[in-house]
Amino acid sequence: MLTRETTLNIALAATLLAVPLLALAMDEIFIITLATKVAILALAGVGLNIALGIGGLVSLGHAAFFGIGGYAMGILAAHAQNYEPIMEVPFLIEGTNQMPIIWLIAIVASALAALVIGALSLRTSGVYFIMITLAFGQMLYYFAISWSAYGGEDGQSIWVRNEFPGLNTLDPIQFFLIAYVILCLVLVFSARLARSPFGLALAAARQTEERVMTVGLTPFHLRLVAFVISGAITGLAGALYADLNRFVSPTMLSWHTSGEIMVFVIIGGVGRLFGPLVGAAVFILLEHILGGFSEYWQIFLGLLLLLMVLFARGGLIGAIVGREVAHD
Amino acid sequence: MSILLILEQVLNGLQFGVMLFLMAAGLTLVFGVMGLINLAHGALYMVGAFAAAAVAGLTGSFLLALVASLAAAAAAGAIVEVAVIRRLYDRDHLDQVLATFALILIFSEGTRWIFGSFPLFLDVPDYLSGPVSLPGGIEYPLYRLTIIAIGLVVAAALFWLIARTRIGIQIRAGEADREMIAALGVDISKLYTLVFALGAALAGLAGALVGAIQSVQVGMGEPVLILAFVVIVIGGIGSIKGALVGAVLVGLTDTLGKVFLPQFFGLFLEPASATSVGASLASMLIYILMALVLLVRPSGLYGGST
Amino acid sequence: MKAIKTLALATAVSALAMAAQADTKIGMITTLSGGGAGLGVDVRDGFMLAIEKAGRDDIEVVIEDDQRKPETAVQLADQMIQSEKVDIMTGIIWSNLAMAVVPAATAQGVFYLSPNAGPSALAGKRCHENYFNVAWQNDNLHEAAGAYASAEGFKNTFILAPNYPAGKDALTGYKRMYKGDLAGEIYTKLGQTDYAAEIAQIRASGADSVFFFLPGGMGISFLKQYADSGVDLPVVGPAFSFDQGILQAVGAAALGVKNTSQWNKDLDNAANAEFVAGFQEKYGRLPSLYASQGYDTANLILSALEKADVSDKDAFRAALEAAEFASVRGEFKFGPNHHPIQNIYVREVIKEGEVFTNKIIATGLEMRGDAYAAECKM
Repeated sequence: MLTRETTLNIALAATLLAVPLLALAMDEIFIITLATKVAILALAGVGLNIALGIGGLVSLGHAAFFGIGGYAMGILAAHAQNYEPIMEVPFLIEGTNQMPIIWLIAIVASALAALVIGALSLRTSGVYFIMITLAFGQMLYYFAISWSAYGGEDGQSIWVRNEFPGLNTLDPIQFFLIAYVILCLVLVFSARLARSPFGLALAAARQTEERVMTVGLTPFHLRLVAFVISGAITGLAGALYADLNRFVSPTMLSWHTSGEIMVFVIIGGVGRLFGPLVGAAVFILLEHILGGFSEYWQIFLGLLLLLMVLFARGGLIGAIVGREVAHD
Repeated sequence: MSILLILEQVLNGLQFGVMLFLMAAGLTLVFGVMGLINLAHGALYMVGAFAAAAVAGLTGSFLLALVASLAAAAAAGAIVEVAVIRRLYDRDHLDQVLATFALILIFSEGTRWIFGSFPLFLDVPDYLSGPVSLPGGIEYPLYRLTIIAIGLVVAAALFWLIARTRIGIQIRAGEADREMIAALGVDISKLYTLVFALGAALAGLAGALVGAIQSVQVGMGEPVLILAFVVIVIGGIGSIKGALVGAVLVGLTDTLGKVFLPQFFGLFLEPASATSVGASLASMLIYILMALVLLVRPSGLYGGST
Repeated sequence: MKAIKTLALATAVSALAMAAQADTKIGMITTLSGGGAGLGVDVRDGFMLAIEKAGRDDIEVVIEDDQRKPETAVQLADQMIQSEKVDIMTGIIWSNLAMAVVPAATAQGVFYLSPNAGPSALAGKRCHENYFNVAWQNDNLHEAAGAYASAEGFKNTFILAPNYPAGKDALTGYKRMYKGDLAGEIYTKLGQTDYAAEIAQIRASGADSVFFFLPGGMGISFLKQYADSGVDLPVVGPAFSFDQGILQAVGAAALGVKNTSQWNKDLDNAANAEFVAGFQEKYGRLPSLYASQGYDTANLILSALEKADVSDKDAFRAALEAAEFASVRGEFKFGPNHHPIQNIYVREVIKEGEVFTNKIIATGLEMRGDAYAAECKM
C-alpha cells in the first residue's frame, strides 16, 4: 500500500508534467518557462536536501556549487561559440556546446569544489558550519565579480542554448522535458540513497554520532560523501539554470541564492523527498503572483515565510500528510 | 610608503573594527544567551540609521538622533522578540535562519515603503567634523576618532555589565544552564527580551554612527551583517571578548589587505593587472582569514563548545 | 494570473486608459524593488509621463520588476516576448542586466531601446539593428570628465572605481580623454562603504585632483568621508553620484563638485521646461537624469509611431534612426551604431533654497559619439 506521502509525490510529479503540457496546448509559452525554472530550482534543492535533510548539514553556501555549475556551462559554451580553445598548452582543451558533456563537467567541477569545501568545513559543526560554508560562498562570489575573463559582474552571456543530441533545446517544451527527466532521475536516486545503508548511516550520524562510531563508521567521512553528492547535484542544477537563461553571472553565487535554495527545502519540508519541488513551485508562484500586486511584494513574501516557519512545522508536505514520516 | 601612512591605515582598520564590534556584540550576546542565530540583526542596524536620519532631519540634533537610533532599534528588537523570535528558541538553527531571513525581507521593503527608494541624509555634526592633527603629524577625522572612543566605551561597559551586575550574572547563568536560571526564579522571558533589545540597540547605534559617514539606504545592513558573522565566528560565538578581538582582526585585515595587496602584486605584475588582482584578493581576504582560523580552532579563538 | 497583471498595471499607471485592443505593446523591465529601485522608479515615471501626455490609447505598457537580478530579467524578457508578444522593450537600468537581455530580445525581432545602460559590447561588436541606446554609451560621461580635467589643467589625477566591468570601463573612458599623469589608480570592492584607507592613499599620493566612479550608496559614502577628511583636492565624477535622487543624501559634502552629464534641469529648451514642470506637477519631486532618459525614450518611440507602424520593422527602424523628437537634452541624433551623438556637459553642485541640485557650467565634449562605433557592423 502506498503511504500518503508517496501518493502525494506521484501526484506532484504528474502535476509538474501536466502544467506545461496544458500550457503548450493553450499556447502560454511562458508557463512552460516557469515550470522549467521550478524543475531546475527543485533539482538544486534536492541536492541541498541530501546534505540538509538526511545529513543534518545546514549549508548556507550551496550557491557556490550552483554557480560553479553555471560557470562550467558559461565557460565551455562561450569558448565553443567563439571557436577559441580554453587552453592549448600543455594539451588542447576546447569548449563544447553539448549538454551531456557540459553536465558531466559541471558535476565533476562542483563535486571537486564540494570535496575541498566539505573537507575543510566539516571540521566544524553547528553555527560554525553554517558560517564557514557562507564564507566559502562569499569567496567565490567576490572572485567571480572580478574575474574579467568571463564578464565579471556583467556575467557571461551565451547567445544560443546548448545542444542535446536529437532534441531542439530552443523549443521550451523540449528543454522542459530535459530538466524534468533529470529531476525525476535524481529524485529516484535520492530516494534510493536515503534508504541505502549509506543513507541510513548518515541519518543515524545526524541523531547520535556514537551509534555510528560503534559500528566502525566515521561520521566525518559519511558527511563528506553526502556533501560531495549534494554539491554535485546542485552543480548540475546550476548548469541547467544557466542554460535556461542562456546566461551566467555572479548573482548565482550570492548568499541570497544560498538562502533561496534553503528556503525551497524548508517550505516543502526538510528531508522530504519532494519537499524541494513543492518549495520551489510555491516560491516561484508567490514571486510571480505577489509581484503583480505591489512593488513591495517582498513584505508579503516575508510574512508568508514567517507564518510558514512558525505554524507549518515540517513544511508544506508535513502539513498535508501529517507526521507519518519514515525518515527518522 | 611612509610609517605615518601605515599608522594612519592601522587607525582606519581599528576604527572599522570597532564599528564591527558594535554589530557583533549584540549578535554574539543573543547567540550566547538564547542560542539564536539572527540574520535580521542587519535590519536593526538599518532601523537605527533610518531613525537617526529622520530625527536629525526634524530636530537638527545629532545627539537626539543617536538617542533615537538606540530607542528605535531597541523597540524594534523588543517587538520582534516578543512577536516572533521567542517562538524560535527551542527550534533548530534551520528554522531560525529561515524566519530571520523572512524578517530581513519585511524590514527592508517595509523601510522602503515608509521612506522611499532614495538614500536619506545624515551628516556628521559640525562639532565633530573635519580632521584633527595627531602627534606625529597625522591628519585624522575627528569623527572617526569619536567612533573609536564610543566603541571602546561600549566595550568596557559591556564587560562591566556582564562581569559585575545582576543582569550580567543572569546572562552568564543563562549561557551555562537554561533550566537552572528558570529554577532560580528569574523571569527568563523578560531577560531574553532585554538581552535581545540590548543587542538591537547596539546594532542601531552602529547604524546611526556609521550612517553619518556612509549612505543611509535600504539594504545597508546586509554587508555589515555578513562581516559581523565573520567576526563572531572568528572570535568564538558567545564571547564578547572574542567579538572584540575578532572585530579588530577583521578590521585590520580588510583595511591593510586592500592597501598593501595591490602594491605587493605591483612588485611583479604590470600596474593595471596588479591593482585588479590585488583588489580581487583583498575582497576575499577576510573570508580566507576566517577559514584559516576555523581550521586551526574549529570553534573560534575564544569559543567553548558549539 | 492575467487579470491580476492587468489590475496591477492599471494601478501602476492609473491615468493610462487601457485599450482593449492595443496596437503597440511596450514591455518595460526595470528595477522597482530592492537596493537600486530609485533609478528604475525614475525611468518608469519619466517614461509614463510622456506616454500619458501623448494621450494615445492604442499603446499599452507592461511593466515588470527585475529586482536587479539578471536571471530574473532574462525570464521576464522571455515572458514579454513569448506570452505578452510585445513589439518594443525598454527599461533596463544596469549594464549586466542589459547584456543578459538585449541580445536575445533583438535576435527575436523585438526592438530594444535602452533608457540607461550602454555597455561597450552592445555599441561595438554585438551591436544590432533593432537595438537603440537613448542614454549614452557607458564611457561617455567618464570621457567628458577626462576632457574636463585636462581642460582645467589637472596634471596628476588620482582615479578610483569599483572592481567590476563598469568600473574598469569608467577608468578606461576617463584615461581616453585625460592627458596628464596618474597619481594613483585604485579598484575598490563592489559595495564597499568605508573609504578611509583610499582617502589616506589619496592624501599621501601628491595628486592635484580626484576622479571617481562609485555609483549609488558607494558614492554617497565616499563623498561624505572625503569631505570630512580635510583633503580638499578638486573632485570630478560622472553624474551618477550627483543625481537629484541621491544628492540630498550627500548634502553639503557635494557642494561645488564638478560632474558630467548629458542633461540637466536648467538646459534651456522648450521640451525640457515642459518636462521639468510636468514631472514636478505629477510626482511632486524634481526629475532626475534617469527620469529624463525615460522621458526621452518614450518620446522617441512616440515620434517613430507617428511615422510608421511598428509591424513594418524597416520603416519603424528608419523612423527611430531619424530621431525626430524634441529631446529634453536639446540636439540629439544617433550615430551609425544607434548610440547617441550629443553634448556632454559639466555641472556643478549648488544649493537652491533648501534643495541641492546642479547647474551647467561648461560643455565637456561637443556632439560626442562613442569609441566603439567603428567595431559595429550592422
